[in-house]
Amino acid sequence: MKTVPMRTVVLGLGNEYRRDDGVGHVVAREVASRVTPDVGVYAVDGEPTRMLDAWDGADLAILIDSAVGDSSRPETVPSGTVHRVESVHRVDSVHRFDSGDVTLSPGAATSTHGFGLITALELGRLLDRLPHRWVLYTVDAADVGFGCGLSRATARAADRVVAAVLEEIARG
Amino acid sequence: MTSSRREMTVRALARVEGEGRLDITVRDGHAERVDLAIYEPPRFFESFLRGRHYLEPPDITSRICGICPVAYQVSACNALEDACGVIVDDDIVDLRRLLYCGEWIASHVLHIYFLHAPDFLGVPDSIELARTDRAAIERGLALKKAGNAVLDVVGGRPIHPVNVRVGGFHHAPTRAELAPLAAQLEAALDHAVATVDWVSSFDCPDFDVGHEFLALQHPSRYAIEDGDIVSTSGFHCTASEFAQHVSEHQVPHSTALHATLDGRRYLTGPLARYSLNSGQLTGQAAASAASAGLGPRCRNPYRSIVVRAVEVVYALEEALRIIDRYRRPTPPAAAVSPVRRVGHGVSEAPRGLLYHRYELDADDLVAAAAIVPPTSQNQAAIEHDLCRAVEANPAASNEDLTTMCERIIRNYDPCISCATHFLTLTVHHR
Repeated sequence: MKTVPMRTVVLGLGNEYRRDDGVGHVVAREVASRVTPDVGVYAVDGEPTRMLDAWDGADLAILIDSAVGDSSRPETVPSGTVHRVESVHRVDSVHRFDSGDVTLSPGAATSTHGFGLITALELGRLLDRLPHRWVLYTVDAADVGFGCGLSRATARAADRVVAAVLEEIARG
Repeated sequence: MTSSRREMTVRALARVEGEGRLDITVRDGHAERVDLAIYEPPRFFESFLRGRHYLEPPDITSRICGICPVAYQVSACNALEDACGVIVDDDIVDLRRLLYCGEWIASHVLHIYFLHAPDFLGVPDSIELARTDRAAIERGLALKKAGNAVLDVVGGRPIHPVNVRVGGFHHAPTRAELAPLAAQLEAALDHAVATVDWVSSFDCPDFDVGHEFLALQHPSRYAIEDGDIVSTSGFHCTASEFAQHVSEHQVPHSTALHATLDGRRYLTGPLARYSLNSGQLTGQAAASAASAGLGPRCRNPYRSIVVRAVEVVYALEEALRIIDRYRRPTPPAAAVSPVRRVGHGVSEAPRGLLYHRYELDADDLVAAAAIVPPTSQNQAAIEHDLCRAVEANPAASNEDLTTMCERIIRNYDPCISCATHFLTLTVHHR
C-alpha cells in the first residue's frame, strides 16, 4: 500500500518591529533554512483567515508565538520560558498540555486588534478547518517595546524552540 | 421645574478597526454632548516622515494600517509622483488598480462578515455566526482569501505589501503569474454576488442622512486609485486644491483630528462613492446593485453593508478585466526625480478619500507631510448621526442605547488606528 506523505506546516506568529513579539518569525526563518521544501513555513501576523489558509489540509501544524504573562507578578513569568501546548496528548514534563487541559477562550472579538490565534483555532474548530494535530510553542516575552531584535533571554529560548520544532517535524 | 441629566460611557467599542470610546450626555432629552473619543495614542507619522528620503513614504505610511496599507501606498505614490512631475503610464495604473481591488475585496469582506453582519443577525460576533450560519462564514473566508491572493501576487505579500514604489512597482508580475489569480477571482465572483443577495435581505432601520457626500470621481471608471474630488453639492477640486477646502481641527475628546469642507460637515466612504459614481458600475455589479434595490444614491448608513458588497462584486470584475487585458509594464516603474517641492495625492481607501501632501527640501528629503485619512473626515458626521439617534430615543435604556450607538458607528467601518495618526461608550443623563 502506497503511503501518503504527511503534510507539516510551521507558522511563526508575531511582529518583528515589537522586539520579542518577533520570536515566531525568527524561529520560522531559521526552521525554513533547515527543512525540505515540502514543509510549509510561514511568518504570519496573527490574522485568522491567513492562518486558516496556511494550515488547510495539514496533518501537523506547529505554531510559535510570543506570550506576555501576568505583568503584575513578573516573578511568575521568567523571560525566555518555553511553553508547549499540544492538542493530542502529554509527551514530556515541560509545559506540555493535551487538549483536555487547554481551554480556548475566544471571547468577544472587541476589535480587529483582538483577532488572533485563538480566534483562528476556534473558527477552525467550528468550520472543520483545523489541522489534524497542532502544537503550540509560546515564548514569554521580556520586551515588546518598539524596534527590531530579540532580548538575549528570548533569543536563547528561540534557539531551543528551533531545535524542538525540527525534532517535531522529524518525529511527524 | 427640575432638569434631568443622564451620562453614559461605552468604554471599548466592539467590532471596529482599533480602539475607541463613546461618551454621551443627555439633558432633558437633548443630546448635550456626543463624543466619539479616539484614545489610541497619536502616532506622529507626519512628524517622523520629516527628514526621510522622498522614496520612503509609501513603505513607511503603509504601516499606518494593516487593513488598508495599499491606500496609503497609492496616495503617497500619487503625491510624490506629482512632486516629480511624473504621470505613470496606463499599464502601471492598471497594475496599481488591480492591487487596490485586492485591498477593497479583503477589507470590505472583513467588515461585512466579521464586524458588521452580526449586527443584523442578532449574534455577538463572527465566531457565533460561524456556529449559526457556517456557509456564510465560509463564503466570507473564500472571498477574503481571493482578496489576499491579489495582494500577495501583485504586492509581494498580503499585509503591508513590499512591491510598491514611487513610479510603479519593483517587480511587475508576468501574465502567467496572474493566470491562477484569474481562476480564483472568477470562482469568488459567485460568492460576491451571493453576498449582495445575503446582505440585501437584512432588516435595515430607516435612517437617511443629509450629509454632503465627498468622493473621488474619474471620467471613465469608478474611481479607486485616483480622480478629482467632487461632492453632492456640486463641489469640485483637484488633489492639489484639497487642502484649500478641507480644514482639520483638534477636538478635546479625541486624538484624531476632525475635518470640514469649506466649514461644512461632510461624509466620505462607500455611501459617498456609490451615490456620486453608481452610474459607472458595470456588468454584474450594476445588476447586483439594482437587484438589491439600491437606486442611484444610497443615504442610509445601515445599507452601507449592501454598498460594500456591491463594491466587492465590482472589484472582482474589475480585477478580472485588468488581468484579461494585462500588459506587463516595462520597465515596472517610471523614472522619478523631484522637480517640484510640493506634491499632492488622493485615492479611495475602502473607508473613503485618503489625502497625502509632501513638501520636499533641497536634499530631496521630506520637509513636511500631511495625511488626512477618511475616519478623521467622517467623525463629525458619525457624531451627528449619534446625536439624532439619541434624541429620537429618549426613553431607551443604557443597554439599548449602547447597542444602537455601536451599530451606528459600525455602519461607517471606522478605522481608528488610521485616524490616530479609536472605541470605549459613556452616556451621561442629566
